[in-house]
Amino acid sequence: MAATPNVIIDPVTRIEGHLRIQAHAVPDGMGGGTITDPGLSASTMVRGLEKILQGRDPRDAWAFTQRICGVCTVVHGLTSVRAVEHAIGIKVSKNADYIRNMMIGAQYVHDHVMHFYHLHALDWVDVVSAMKANPTRTAALARINNGTYKPNNGALPNAAYFQTVLNKLNNLVSRGQLGLFANGYWGHSAYKLSPEENLLLVSHYLEALAWAREVVKLHSVFGGKDPHPNLVVGGMPCTLSSNTGTINDDKGGTSLNTAGLATIKTAVARMKAFVDQVYLPDVLLVAKRYKEWADFGATAGNFLCYGEFPDPALVKREFTDGAIDYPAGYIIPQGVIWADAPTTLVPFDEKMVTENVAHAWYLGSDTGEHPSVGETELYYDGPLPDQGRNPDGTSKYMLDENARYSWIKSPRYDSQPMEVGPLAHILTMHARGGTANAQPTDKLVRGYVQQFWINPTAQGGLGLTFTQLNSTLGRIFCRVLETKIIADQIAGRAADRTLGTAAYAGWYQLYYNNKAGAYWNPNTFTRLQQPNLWPVQVGFGFTEAPRGALGHWVKLNRVSGLIDNYQCVVASQWNAGPRDLVGAPGPYEEALRGHVLADLKQPLEVLRTIHSFDPCIGCAVHIVDPDGKPLVQVDVNHGVCSTTRVSDMRCAS
Amino acid sequence: MSTDLPSRSDYSHMPADSSDGVTFDEATVERLLQLGISRRRFMSYCAGLASLLALPQSMVPRLAQAATSTTLPAVVYMSFQECTGCLESMVNSFAFSGGTTIDNLILNMISLDYQETLMAAAGDQAEERLLSVTAQSGYVLVVDGSIPARWDSGYFISGERSGVARFRDAAKNAALLVAVGTCASFGGLPKADPNPTDALSIGELMADLGISKPLINVSGCPPIPEVITGVILYYLSQGMPTLDSLRRPTVFYGDTVHEDCYRKESFEEGPLARAFDDPNSRKGKCLYMLGCKGPVTHNACSRVRWNQGISFPMMSGHGCIGCAEPDFWDRLNRNNEKGFYIPIAAGSGHSRGLPCDTCHDDNGGDDD
Ligand code: SF4
Ligand code: SF4
Repeated sequence: MAATPNVIIDPVTRIEGHLRIQAHAVPDGMGGGTITDPGLSASTMVRGLEKILQGRDPRDAWAFTQRICGVCTVVHGLTSVRAVEHAIGIKVSKNADYIRNMMIGAQYVHDHVMHFYHLHALDWVDVVSAMKANPTRTAALARINNGTYKPNNGALPNAAYFQTVLNKLNNLVSRGQLGLFANGYWGHSAYKLSPEENLLLVSHYLEALAWAREVVKLHSVFGGKDPHPNLVVGGMPCTLSSNTGTINDDKGGTSLNTAGLATIKTAVARMKAFVDQVYLPDVLLVAKRYKEWADFGATAGNFLCYGEFPDPALVKREFTDGAIDYPAGYIIPQGVIWADAPTTLVPFDEKMVTENVAHAWYLGSDTGEHPSVGETELYYDGPLPDQGRNPDGTSKYMLDENARYSWIKSPRYDSQPMEVGPLAHILTMHARGGTANAQPTDKLVRGYVQQFWINPTAQGGLGLTFTQLNSTLGRIFCRVLETKIIADQIAGRAADRTLGTAAYAGWYQLYYNNKAGAYWNPNTFTRLQQPNLWPVQVGFGFTEAPRGALGHWVKLNRVSGLIDNYQCVVASQWNAGPRDLVGAPGPYEEALRGHVLADLKQPLEVLRTIHSFDPCIGCAVHIVDPDGKPLVQVDVNHGVCSTTRVSDMRCAS
Repeated sequence: MSTDLPSRSDYSHMPADSSDGVTFDEATVERLLQLGISRRRFMSYCAGLASLLALPQSMVPRLAQAATSTTLPAVVYMSFQECTGCLESMVNSFAFSGGTTIDNLILNMISLDYQETLMAAAGDQAEERLLSVTAQSGYVLVVDGSIPARWDSGYFISGERSGVARFRDAAKNAALLVAVGTCASFGGLPKADPNPTDALSIGELMADLGISKPLINVSGCPPIPEVITGVILYYLSQGMPTLDSLRRPTVFYGDTVHEDCYRKESFEEGPLARAFDDPNSRKGKCLYMLGCKGPVTHNACSRVRWNQGISFPMMSGHGCIGCAEPDFWDRLNRNNEKGFYIPIAAGSGHSRGLPCDTCHDDNGGDDD
């Protein structure tokens, strides 16, 4: 082991899942220090999901994979649905794509806002300092920063409003029950906002809670519930109601009646309003005060996107059975960006994806060079828990970067670790914006990066460079930027003459105009009974999740019609994965290099950078299946078509 | 706390949405106002809560008292092999259907003293917090996720301790355990065949460890937001709720979702939906043939509905997948097959008093 870690965060809180971070900082003699080498990122929980999926009905897989993560609940389900659709050769209707786009889009907006306020803000906002704020001055600040935002009571916030927020905080303190705010790094020298700025952001922390439960209603109308809304292979299970009025036992109908459609419209409007009026200006306010964070948290500079949001407006042909034909443009392009050419989008080739388990607790290939039909078994050989501490207070449980140390495998693209997520999304859109294939949203991205990030402070920008986007602050900035792009894509946007983009009606309106159309491809379940007609044996489904590139590979059995193998390579796995066989660190690990800590016992600076990735560790850990190249075009076993598996779905017996 | 709190009889005739005739002591009113909540809104909130919990309106003052006590009840929320869906659901539960934007439970009604996804503290500071709050007694311990049976398996380690050790230590001084979600209640997804990590439900682990404490299972994947908070508030104001044989509160899990489903008439008399998006689907006809597990699933989805009464799975066109039952992932249906789209086997309905022909006659002559 290299130098003994003296910076340990376990558990890393305000994330999804279970994560341990270790690093070594060279002490500065005053309690602080500098991290000069990459850190160590370890996931410490596993469930073995792919193993559970073997032998299941492919129609069911989405419900299992959805439970990989209850935060990115929609994308894991949809990736599975797409993988099965790919495996059996089914296309879906335009409405299904509009609805899927809206559901993924709503997930982006919901997750990114909640990430900023509820998971990340307390790294930048000092709640104790907020209690010293002057409510009148805070109201004045709100008028400048969030001039049009009317909190949920429907009025512009005044001094009394902020006094109420202060009372809430005082209440916690006077009761001595700080609840969730207890034991934070309050008063740490790295907090820089004024008391009024802190109070303003605390008030938005609270507002965002109430906002969030309104926007998930979109998922609830289309999917019946949230988290974990229902999906179906071949389209969407929801359908237009024959009864536009109230649903009851006599009149029947579905959630897509007048009231349901109005609920979606309201949710969409609330999304857009909150992003424009609160989230975007708040991020810019924080960025102004913490500009130095554009110099920390860079990864190696290689980025990967699978692409997302097929645009139904670009559909060429609608089939008689309701299926549609792409090629569609993707709002977020598919492609790769290499560190030596950050403005050039290189085509993605899925054959170059590999995984290896050199530092992960599985038996299997260390090199990740070849597909394997064998199984990778869970194999824990790490330190034992529950051993207490050494007499000097140091841990007996220590992970070793030279051994296996995580439940996450290391995915690599062309042998390189890749960063995925909002920063990758913005960079790929930016890069495509410079080509002949530029989409309107790419132009907007380029315009916003210039306006908010690069323009000098005198012009209202941050005065930072394009290269500095690869940083802790850049990640936060790119996250809000893509949220705005997507919220506008759902809700519609006006023309922008400066940037040369036309007005866009938005997915909600386009869906609404087409709402009487098909929602499900009726060939789907029949097709599942005809494995000899399936075009490929391994189905590949991908989405570009809020946290980045997410791919599922499903291998179906051509005799039983059931799942033989299932594999997911997910966003947080790319970012949070451990070192590979040659010792190249994963993105979290690399990003910690160079951090300067004021107090090794309160590693706030490390949390800032780890949180800037929005870790979602439950997503990353579940792999037990074959490693190596995930897409395997195995010979198709034609001629075998005996499956009775789905015969129940036929009406006639 | 109050001398002029009205007697219970004052409430018995109060309509659910009215606060007329309710008075509070000055201190409580003051505290509510400081939090930006009017007395009227608060009372309508409590009345909504009471009706959700199937409590007589005479219980409203007691709920109100529980909800405004000066010292908030401590809740420690621990996560094990889970997906965070249960917590996401709870975070959505701050208002009741038709209710107002009364402020959230997390800040005003309970003291959520430990919750890894939301708490400010991290690492050592978070661990210190856990140790200090669980050193007190009388807190409610909420758990989501299953726990690997073997402490030395490495399948769950957090804060350098195994799931088993973390749970055992946190349960020691708890007054009540609430297993939130099907993973914690029954083992859920991790325990699905072949249970690769030897996952146990909270009840099973308690039995293994010899812990005998009150346990409430709030199953569902995830549970309905209002059901999670409703159960906690019920316990705080009324004590232990009545439980079914699977330790679920009967007020929410006493009926199957089928019993309150608006599609039930066509379940009994046809026509049935035969495919997604077919004319009968658009009319809201029964999804039995598309695999609905409503008749064998106990939950409140069709009664309480989701996300403030917006919808529930069958209303949005998909059958119930049975997420609140112990055999959720491995249930055997017709022809002994597993699957969310395989209709339940004949006989599943008999035990629930359903008419024979609904399960037996696939053709039914009920297509229209
Ligand atoms: S019960 Fe469902 S929602 Fe809850 S943790 Fe388990 S898989 Fe997630
Ligand atoms: S079987 Fe399902 S859809 Fe049909 S009435 Fe029962 S719960 Fe409703």
